[in-house]
Amino acid sequence: MRLGMLAAAMVAGAASLAAPASAQNEQFVPLLVYRTGAYAPNGIPFANGMGDYLRMINERDGGINGVKLTFEECETGYATDRGVECYERLKGKGPTGASFVSPLSTGITFALTEKAPGDKIPLITMGYGRSESRDGAVFQWNFPLLGTYWTAANVAMQHIAKEMGGADKLKGKKIALVYHDSPYGKEPIALLDAMSKRLGFEFLPIPVPHPGNEQKSQWLQIRQQRPDYVLLWGWGVMNSTSVTEAGNVNYPRDKMIGVWWSGAEPDVIPAGEKGAGYKALMLQHGSGKYAVHVDIEKFVVSKGQSQAKPEEIGHVLYNRGLINAMLGVEAIRTAQAKFGNKPLTGEQVRWGLENLNLTAERIKALGFEGVLQPLKVTCADHEGARASRLHQWDGKAWKVISDWYQGDDQILAPMVKETAAKYAAEKKITPRDCSKDG
Amino acid sequence: MIYREAGQYKTSYVDDQAIFPILQDKAVVLAAVAAAYLLVPAFASDYMYKAILIPTVILALAAIGLNVLMGYCGQVSLGSGAFMAIGAYAAYNLAIRLDFLNPFVCVLLSGFAAAAVGVAFGIPSLRIKGFYLACATLAAQFFFDWAFLRVKWFTNYTPSGSVNAPPLQAFGLDLSSPTAKYLVALTFTVALALAAKNLVRGHIGRQWMAIRDMDIAAEIIGIRPMFAKLSAFAVSSFLIGVAGALWAFVHLGSWEPLTFNIDRSFQLMFMIIIGGLGSILGSFLGAAFVVVLPIFLNQALPPLGALVGWTISTATVSHIEFMVFGALIVFFLIVEPHGLARLWSIAKEKLRLWPFPH
Repeated sequence: MRLGMLAAAMVAGAASLAAPASAQNEQFVPLLVYRTGAYAPNGIPFANGMGDYLRMINERDGGINGVKLTFEECETGYATDRGVECYERLKGKGPTGASFVSPLSTGITFALTEKAPGDKIPLITMGYGRSESRDGAVFQWNFPLLGTYWTAANVAMQHIAKEMGGADKLKGKKIALVYHDSPYGKEPIALLDAMSKRLGFEFLPIPVPHPGNEQKSQWLQIRQQRPDYVLLWGWGVMNSTSVTEAGNVNYPRDKMIGVWWSGAEPDVIPAGEKGAGYKALMLQHGSGKYAVHVDIEKFVVSKGQSQAKPEEIGHVLYNRGLINAMLGVEAIRTAQAKFGNKPLTGEQVRWGLENLNLTAERIKALGFEGVLQPLKVTCADHEGARASRLHQWDGKAWKVISDWYQGDDQILAPMVKETAAKYAAEKKITPRDCSKDG
Repeated sequence: MIYREAGQYKTSYVDDQAIFPILQDKAVVLAAVAAAYLLVPAFASDYMYKAILIPTVILALAAIGLNVLMGYCGQVSLGSGAFMAIGAYAAYNLAIRLDFLNPFVCVLLSGFAAAAVGVAFGIPSLRIKGFYLACATLAAQFFFDWAFLRVKWFTNYTPSGSVNAPPLQAFGLDLSSPTAKYLVALTFTVALALAAKNLVRGHIGRQWMAIRDMDIAAEIIGIRPMFAKLSAFAVSSFLIGVAGALWAFVHLGSWEPLTFNIDRSFQLMFMIIIGGLGSILGSFLGAAFVVVLPIFLNQALPPLGALVGWTISTATVSHIEFMVFGALIVFFLIVEPHGLARLWSIAKEKLRLWPFPH
């Protein structure tokens, strides 16, 4: 115990040594990243994208309305306990503490959902996290912007129905879900169960244990069961393994649809030729370079400040990092309009997120035209938009193959309400009245 | 000189049976406990509580549990993660199904659930030993990983399989502040550590140690192996189960089965190997070492690198952390196989002679 205290004192010393003297006009953004471990191939480009966008805002605009952004990375390795430690370490930095946190892990999101209300720091879980956290009345601090897993599963089923020629054709068909056996992979099951009852298809969930580089038995099962479609809910090495194994058992890749976390370059490039034809949902955006990349190139990359490899810029996950950072920055900007151009607290940024309204013109001005659809967050709807498309890997690049789909709120809204109410009851939370809240 | 027992006479049985018969020991322990209760809350920050103190205190309790089984009774176990999970899910189920129960009552009761399961998985130990027993306890680990992932009743049918602890309250007080959580965890750990210390020095503990040192000889002198082994499994699982429930309720607040996977079992085993097998103090030292060292390396390396003009990326830090941690474990096993607790007893020996060593 004494040694523990001594060591603790040393850590405190090291921590104070590490903390830079913070100037007053700064807004701090903690970056929970993972550049090591089984999920690193996907974690690295995302982390680079996020960092590059924040750097670009500092270099090009001198911060947000004169308030400079500061940020620091902390390696979570996708592990929940390390993620919590990182969050605790970074939440108090900067003159006003952390503006927002993006854990990029469903497990860490679940843990931080318990802590964020106490610390008054909003969580931006763009395209992941708890599906029911879209209900802002209960989940005041969670923002699953651009889409939840239930939206994703719903859109995937809409696309399958379209390919088959109508929702009625799904009756008697078999749809398998190959999923990462964690809260992340399990999220869509509730929705797919509900849809299978409604549309009359057989739903076959097939779990893959962490980290997912061993999938022989799962794909033998698929060869045996011959599902009409396979949905893939994987992350990190699991994705490329799934695509490779599908090639090995000769399951048609164009009958596989990945979630948006299973639809990036690191997921298909390792599979080589076996990846061609594989489809995935898009979190609105795909790969490619847009107007914003010109500024990134000019202000960050050409100055040698980017950690990203040149070929990685414009990849799906790099772009996603840019978008995540942009949404956070715009939330701060929105909040500044109300609270003044000064460093804001997490609580004020939360207000900015809840009143975030990105119109088509604003998206164009930000350099994201053709990437995002308009987004409007409200107290009752923390998701903001439920639009998604699909893209397909042709062996060299991702090609957009579908029109926009909208998540079907007739199915989604009641499920969100019910599950959020259950959470509220368990945690003894009284939901806010959204009609009163501004 | 400082640590000399000469002149301390034991004039009654009560004196002879005291937990800490030597005055200096008693003073050190009391001072440490007093510091943990009074001094720490005066200085610790939020971060210290949540990232270091609360995990250390809870994992120390789990390490004591494993030490009872492995260090005192000599039964190798790789299933401690599973017993933590049983504690956590038992407490969760008690809390949501009997919602009039106080969360801390649930935590304590969950220990009994873990103890029952521990006895069941301890039965193979009556026939098999060593590596084979390790495999049997490994079965417990995999079985409960599977059960909490697949049997939806345990997780109250939540869509994602992740569950939440109820709010922490007692006697109308809100105990969700870091200081309160720390004090709660500390109270559980200190009380149970004291109980464990008393058990291991009493007749039950002597039976465990006899079984550990030579089971056949122990049986010949009249120790019942079944009672000794199963009681060690029960006590060990109880302590680990309570630690698991505290980990879930007090530390995390929301968890999934992955929290208590095989890595947790290994982590606990490292703790008692580094801290010292067969030592309650060693469990505390080991827990502190295993919790603090990675965090310390993680935070100290970038500024140290900056001193010599080397920018270390977060990835490099985490690679170095793995290497240093692994190297230190090997170093300890070679240089001091009896763990940190042994260092402390060597220090006491030296203090006894100081300043006139012979």
